[in-house]
Amino acid sequence: MPVARRSTNRTVSEVVGDLELVITRTIDGPARIVFDCWTKVELMTRWWAPKAIGVAGEGFTSDVRVGGKYRQVLRTHDGGQISFAGTYLEIEPPKRLVYTTIFEPRPEAGEVLCTVTFEEHAGKTNIRLHEKFPSKETLDAALCGGMDASLDQLDDLVASLL
Amino acid sequence: MKLVLEMFIALAEQNRYRIVELLRAGPLPVNDISTRLRLNQPQVSKHLRVLKEAGVVGAEARAQQRVYELRPEPLRDMHDWLERYRRVWDARFEQLNDLVVELVEKEKADARRKKKH
Repeated sequence: MPVARRSTNRTVSEVVGDLELVITRTIDGPARIVFDCWTKVELMTRWWAPKAIGVAGEGFTSDVRVGGKYRQVLRTHDGGQISFAGTYLEIEPPKRLVYTTIFEPRPEAGEVLCTVTFEEHAGKTNIRLHEKFPSKETLDAALCGGMDASLDQLDDLVASLL
Repeated sequence: MKLVLEMFIALAEQNRYRIVELLRAGPLPVNDISTRLRLNQPQVSKHLRVLKEAGVVGAEARAQQRVYELRPEPLRDMHDWLERYRRVWDARFEQLNDLVVELVEKEKADARRKKKH
């Protein structure tokens, strides 16, 4: 039973327990391609930065093996840099991926444990991303991680179009 | 933002969540809450204290008993926050979907080309 749920469009976000979030979405393609997009650096570069909210990708690295590291550097519209890094813990192509994420500007906040499952049905893939935050501080970091300013800008833009 | 985080924790406990759901229908005194949810009164009082500290419920004295009611603003803040998080991911997933569709098309085109040769 989710504590809270947001669902408009096709992406659903839910709070499912103590500091746990679940995000779900169906993608129009097979799981093996979606899995590649999630793990191969040349593909990750093309979608990870949410451009619609003014965030651009600046550099990605990914060493996809158990114990391997990845790093994502993003730039916000106001020139701020935010970066995330982590370690792959489980790799089960094309079904499941478990990795940690650290918000680099505040490493003391601890690691977020991310479990992504890719379930294919009739050529489409249901993605379920489960994020377990170790502390209030990490959740805080994830929320205030620089993207909020970009979202404010998007709000203004949407308001000006209405 | 801190308020939102306090609220996550307050609502993460299942019985507290049930209390909030119950109070959506209207204000209630402690004993009514405990009867309806079949929880003992000290338990309910303890949960109400946490919810009150997180700003989710407010208490008012009415005819010799304290009546608890939902405060709408903090819940709205939490939904706003969740909506923002959803939008970050929605923006990402829109791009992922475009990329996946492109790769699927490319595979099909490659397969057709191979067939021809």
